[in-house]
Amino acid sequence: MSTADIDSMHPLELNQPRFSVKNPEPRYDKQGDMPDAQRVETAMRYFVKDFGAVAATYMESCIHCGMCAEACHFYVASGNPKYTPIWKLEPFKQAYKREAGPFAAIYRALNLKKKVTTQQLEEWQELLYDSCTMCGRCTLICPMGIDIAALVGLARHGMNQAGLVPHELWAVAERAKREGSPLGATPKVFKERCEWLADDNEVEIFVDKAQADVVAAMSSIEIMKYPDSIVATAKILNHLGLNWTFRSDGYEATNFGMLSGNSAWQNEMSMKLIDATIAAGAKLLILPECGHAYGAMRWQGANIYGKPLPFRVLHISEFLAENTKNGALKTKPLAKTLTFHDPCQVSRRGGAIEAPREVIDGLGAELIEMQDTKGLNWCCGGGGGVVTIHRADPIRYQAFQIKMKQIDDTGAELLVSSCSNCRQTFDDGQDHFHWDKTMLSLLELVADNLEDK
Amino acid sequence: MDLLQFARGPTLTWAFAIFAFGMTWRLVGILLLKRRPDYSEPRNATSWPGAIKLIISRSWPHREFIQRTAFGQTLGYIFHIGLVIVVFGFAPHILVFKGLTGLDWPNLPNAIIYASGAITLGALIVVLGRRLIHPVLRLLSNFDDYFSWFVTFAPVATGMLAVAHLGARYETLLAIHILSVALLLVWFPFGKLMHAALVFVSRGSTGALFERKGASI
Repeated sequence: MSTADIDSMHPLELNQPRFSVKNPEPRYDKQGDMPDAQRVETAMRYFVKDFGAVAATYMESCIHCGMCAEACHFYVASGNPKYTPIWKLEPFKQAYKREAGPFAAIYRALNLKKKVTTQQLEEWQELLYDSCTMCGRCTLICPMGIDIAALVGLARHGMNQAGLVPHELWAVAERAKREGSPLGATPKVFKERCEWLADDNEVEIFVDKAQADVVAAMSSIEIMKYPDSIVATAKILNHLGLNWTFRSDGYEATNFGMLSGNSAWQNEMSMKLIDATIAAGAKLLILPECGHAYGAMRWQGANIYGKPLPFRVLHISEFLAENTKNGALKTKPLAKTLTFHDPCQVSRRGGAIEAPREVIDGLGAELIEMQDTKGLNWCCGGGGGVVTIHRADPIRYQAFQIKMKQIDDTGAELLVSSCSNCRQTFDDGQDHFHWDKTMLSLLELVADNLEDK
Repeated sequence: MDLLQFARGPTLTWAFAIFAFGMTWRLVGILLLKRRPDYSEPRNATSWPGAIKLIISRSWPHREFIQRTAFGQTLGYIFHIGLVIVVFGFAPHILVFKGLTGLDWPNLPNAIIYASGAITLGALIVVLGRRLIHPVLRLLSNFDDYFSWFVTFAPVATGMLAVAHLGARYETLLAIHILSVALLLVWFPFGKLMHAALVFVSRGSTGALFERKGASI
């Protein structure tokens, strides 16, 4: 399929509560017209491309204890053993043992591990994409300490190159590569939005300043679905009196290249943001309320750049926490109880666990933690691109109910998070279940409660 | 050369050789692979404490997981501890280790050894039953899982028969016991039993990487 066909064959519905393609049917998606044997060969080649000692250790270490299933929301919600996290890697384990492990020659000579087939990979598409948010909860239960989520990321590299990505995810990733944003937030759209938001809200929103100390980035979900986040970011940065800017040559922090498994697209998207921050001479890049954007830039950005980044990278919650602690951020007291949903990629896997709690403390709100919280929280079920895949809706809604119960059990008045992807997953879940809880943004909550100067 | 001499002599020698070579080959094959430099600004400058922490702390589950994993974990603990008691506490075994390494330590009373052996066998039977019945374990299991179970079960079972003088002449039972140990040693590097060594590498790697990021371990 050529790039030009994508929009006509699979038009995106941008006005829906979340982005989607029309009438998705149960299917195994394929991109391109590669022969089957070549698909398998390509998938495996790109799977092992970034393989190092750590990934090999993981592939050798599984003892098939099955405990990872007990940490996975998709298994716990459904009871279906195929959702066991390590099972999601079975064809890749098979291929690793046969082609790359220390005893590969023996496995091949005696045919102890069979060759992986295209049919297997097609079947595993659902397991690697629809039913894995790469939330990494399984990593915390594995008695061998295997980082299964990281292995799923590597497997997605292989699946992407073999053209075996669920179409919605592929389509938005391709659109992001082509237009600079997966949801149509092109530089022109972004600048126009900033202009009318500035007018409507009577707030100064700086775009394309030649020099700034701070560059802020947004996620496409915020730009298109939650534009108040742009206003909130501007209000807070202005409140702090910082020399800051958005950059139309690097504003999009979401990285569907990473989610879909396309390393080249991932690198391109990351480099736009890095180059824009350097061009502004900024010392700080603030990442938006987006989970995977944090992992992509905070922990992978410098490795894509090939050397340490010449600026700091902070998630917006870390930035708010720093300025709460140093007293620069002045807020009015919020006399409410609230519970906080930890975005997996920021909290469990990103390490910014206490930052949002420090911000909430600064707001004077009473935080009621869920039963499983911080690094052990349950994922909302929409991360890793899962929320884009409509055929995954039934299993995602099942998993979402775990989260709903944990939140209801707190009895808190407000529900807050700091990830717009989680937020749209919650919004969608709220609609689906006619739930009485609305997910709020921590960033917007702070902006709404700034002290008047 | 009778069966016992054959078992004690060339069989055990070859088994140890394959064990040592296989272990080295597999570990070196993994550890010599490239490690990419990480240029991201670390949250914690030193990462090795995370490796130590995870190696120790992952020996029991996080509070949040206890309810769902207690049975399997308890079972695992029972047969692992049972194996340690039997292998390293039984006087004749200590003599073998002394012959191999020169190291010596006090033995445990035979009654404890026999009870541990029986409990270990019982636990291993439950382990196998669970693997056959539990939908997740049944799906995940392959030849390695069942054969590794067999080569673990066999030395304990044959050892118990030997000390009880049950089923054949003592010398024959002892020879079979030693042969079963040889089988265990030969299989060890090739299958999941290797986790005895890999557990430190795998937990340590994740612990260090996650500590660097301040991620949850």
